[in-house]
Amino acid sequence: MSSIKDFTLACPVPISDYPTVTLAHGGGGKLMHQLIERMILPAFQSPLLEARHDGAVFDLGGARLAFTTDSYVVNPLFFPGGDIGSLAINGTVNDLSMCGAKPMYLSCGLILEEGLPMETLWAVVQSLKQAAEAAGVQLVTGDTKVVDRGKGDEVFINTAGVGLIEHGLTIAPSSVKPGDVVLVSGDVGRHGIAIMATRQGLEFESKIESDCAPLNHAVQALLAAKLDVHCLRDLTRGGLGTTLIEIAEATNQQILIEETKIPVRDDVSGACEVLGFDPLYLANEGRMIIFVPEAEAGKTLEVLQHSPYTEGAAVIGRVTGDKGGVVKMKSRIGTTRIIDMLSGEQLPRIC
Amino acid sequence: MKFATEYRDEHAAQTYAREIRRITRHPWTLMEICGGQTHAIVKFGIDELLPKEIELVHGPGCPVCVTPLELIDKAVTIAGRKDVIFCSFGDMLRVPGSEVDLFGIKARGGDVRILYTPLDALKIAKENSTKEVVFFAVGFETTAPAHAMAVYQAKQQGIKNFSVLVSHVLVPPAMEAILGSETNRVQGFLAAGHVCAIMGYDEYLPIAEKYKVPIVVTGFEPLDILQGIAMCVAQLEDGRHEVENQYTRAVTEAGNRPAQHYIQEVFQVVNRKWRGIGEIASSGLGLRPEFAEFDAEKRFDVAGYTAEESPLCISGLIMQGLKKPHECSAFGKQCTPEKPLGAPMVSNEGACAAYYRYRRAELAEAGKV
Repeated sequence: MSSIKDFTLACPVPISDYPTVTLAHGGGGKLMHQLIERMILPAFQSPLLEARHDGAVFDLGGARLAFTTDSYVVNPLFFPGGDIGSLAINGTVNDLSMCGAKPMYLSCGLILEEGLPMETLWAVVQSLKQAAEAAGVQLVTGDTKVVDRGKGDEVFINTAGVGLIEHGLTIAPSSVKPGDVVLVSGDVGRHGIAIMATRQGLEFESKIESDCAPLNHAVQALLAAKLDVHCLRDLTRGGLGTTLIEIAEATNQQILIEETKIPVRDDVSGACEVLGFDPLYLANEGRMIIFVPEAEAGKTLEVLQHSPYTEGAAVIGRVTGDKGGVVKMKSRIGTTRIIDMLSGEQLPRIC
Repeated sequence: MKFATEYRDEHAAQTYAREIRRITRHPWTLMEICGGQTHAIVKFGIDELLPKEIELVHGPGCPVCVTPLELIDKAVTIAGRKDVIFCSFGDMLRVPGSEVDLFGIKARGGDVRILYTPLDALKIAKENSTKEVVFFAVGFETTAPAHAMAVYQAKQQGIKNFSVLVSHVLVPPAMEAILGSETNRVQGFLAAGHVCAIMGYDEYLPIAEKYKVPIVVTGFEPLDILQGIAMCVAQLEDGRHEVENQYTRAVTEAGNRPAQHYIQEVFQVVNRKWRGIGEIASSGLGLRPEFAEFDAEKRFDVAGYTAEESPLCISGLIMQGLKKPHECSAFGKQCTPEKPLGAPMVSNEGACAAYYRYRRAELAEAGKV
C-alpha cells in the first residue's frame, strides 16, 4: 500500500531529461518543442495558446485582432543585412502577418547591460525607428531596464504587437488541405550564415547578407488579390525543414517537397558545405511559407514576385493527401527521404 | 554550386545505378569506412538505388563515435574548471559522458567554445594569458595535421597556457581489426577519401593483399559513392583485390607530404581504445615525449579515468558492421538524439543518428522499430 509520503502537494517539475536549461532548449528544435508541450502549455491551458500559432487571434470590441510577442538576444548585435533593432521590429511584424493581420502597434522593452556605449544604443534605436517606418507600424509603448555588467549581453529586446484582421479567412494549419501547393517566399538560410560568418570571422568571396525583412506588405498584397490563403508561417530559427514539420504535424498531413526547387543562393550552399550545415535547418528572418489551393498557385507566385522582399518566391512542393504528419523530400538524385526535426542547434562537424 | 551539384546529378546517378545492377551477379557486403559517407548514403538514399545483392554496412569512421567514454569524462572534468577555456569541434559537445556532456558543462557556467580550427585556440590562448586553453584534439588522420600544427606552433612561440586533449585514431588498424575478426562480413571497402587526401593510399596495399579484399578510395558526393561501389563490385565479380582510387580529384598515392611531416614531428603511434570496440594495438596517435608539456591529460591529472558504457548500447557491433542501428533494442526508445546512450546517435556522422534522422518513419511503417 502506498504511504502518504508517495504524494506530494507541489507538482513535480515536468521535464526530467535535463536538470538545467541548455542552449538546445532555445534552438527551435525538438527540445524547445518538448519544453513548450510539457511545461508551458499545461501551465496556462488556454485554447488560444494551444493553437500554437505565431500569435493569438481573438475578437475584441467588434474587431478581430492578432497579438504576439518575441524576444531578441542576438550576438553580434550588428551583422550584414541587419541588426538586433531591425530583427526586433520585423520579427513581430512577421508574426502578426502570419496570422493574416495587418500589423498596427508595437511595444518595445529594452534590457541594457551596464557599460553599453551610448553610441551603440543610439544605433539600435535608429534601426528600430527605420525598420518600423519601413514596415509601416508605430512603436507606441515601451520600457527600459539596466542590468549589472556581466548579467546581460549588451542589449536584449522584447517587442509585442497587435494587428487588425480585415478578412474572413482562417489562416492557420487547420485550413491546410490535401492538394495544397507550398511556396517559399525567397532563398533560404542567409540569416543563419550571415550570423555564423560574423560570429566566427569567416570570410566568403562576397558578403552574405541576412534576409531580415518585413513580410506584411507581401501578405497584404496576397489578401488584396483575394487569394484563398490557407496557411502562412514564417521561417525562423529552425529553418524551412522544422517549419514544414510543424505544419505537417499540426495537420497530420504529408508534405512532399523537391530539393531542386528550394531556392538557396550559391554562396549559402557553399558555406553550408564547408561548415557541415544543412540549409533546410538554417535560420531565416524574412522568409515565409505559403499554403494555397493548387489552382491559385500561379497567381500567388506572381503576386509574391511583384511584392517587396518576396521577389525570389518559388513553388517547392505540395500536400500529398497522405496522412501521417511527415515531410518527405525528393532528393537531387531522384530518391525520397524523410525530413526530421533537429534536436537543437546544428553543430559544425569535425571533418 | 560549382564542384558539388555536378556530383549530385540525377541522370548520372541513375546511369551508375544501372551499371551497378548490370555487373552485379552475386551478393556482396561492402563497408564504407567514413561516417561522412554513411550520412551521404542515407541522406541521398543511395542504397535505394542499389540491387538487393549489395549490402552496405557502416564503418567505424566517425571520430565522435569512437572517442572513448572516459575521454569525454576527462574533457568534461577539464572544461568544468574555472581557470579553463575548453575549445572543441561542434559535434563533440553533445556526446554523452558518464554523467554530463560538454553542453551541460556550458550550461553550468563552463567556458566551452566551438571552433573550426585548433589554430584559433592558440589565438585565444595568447589573448587570455591568465587562463588555460585546452583543445579537444579528436579525429582521424584528417584532423591530425591541424592539431600537429597547433602544438608545433605553441612550442615554437613558447605559449605555455595551451594544451591538447588527444584521442587521435587511425584508419588502417581499424580495417585490419574488422577483417581479422572471426565474425567479419565485409568483402570490400570504400576507403575514406579525405583521410587518403592526407595519407595517400599506399598503406592500404598490404591490407588488400593480406586479406584479399578490394579497397576503393572514395569521395563523399552521391556520384563518388556510386562510382566507388561500382568499382568495388567490378573487382569482386572479377575476383580481383586491388587498391583503386575513385577520388582522383583530391587523392594521390603519396598523399599530402607536408601534412604527414607535421603529424610525424608531433605525434607517435600509440595503442588506442575505441568506443564500443575496445583497445586496438597501434591504432592511434599520441603526443611525442618532446611535446608532452602540451598534454592536457598530464597537465590536469586526468590520465587514470575509467568509465563503463551503457549495457544497452550496441554501438561497437554497429561500427564493426555486424548490426544495423534499428536492430538495437534501445534505438528510438531509450536512445534518441535528444538523449543518446552512445555516440553514434549524437554525431552528424554517426550511423544511428543518420538512421534516426532519415529513416525512422520508414522503419516504423515497415514495423522494424
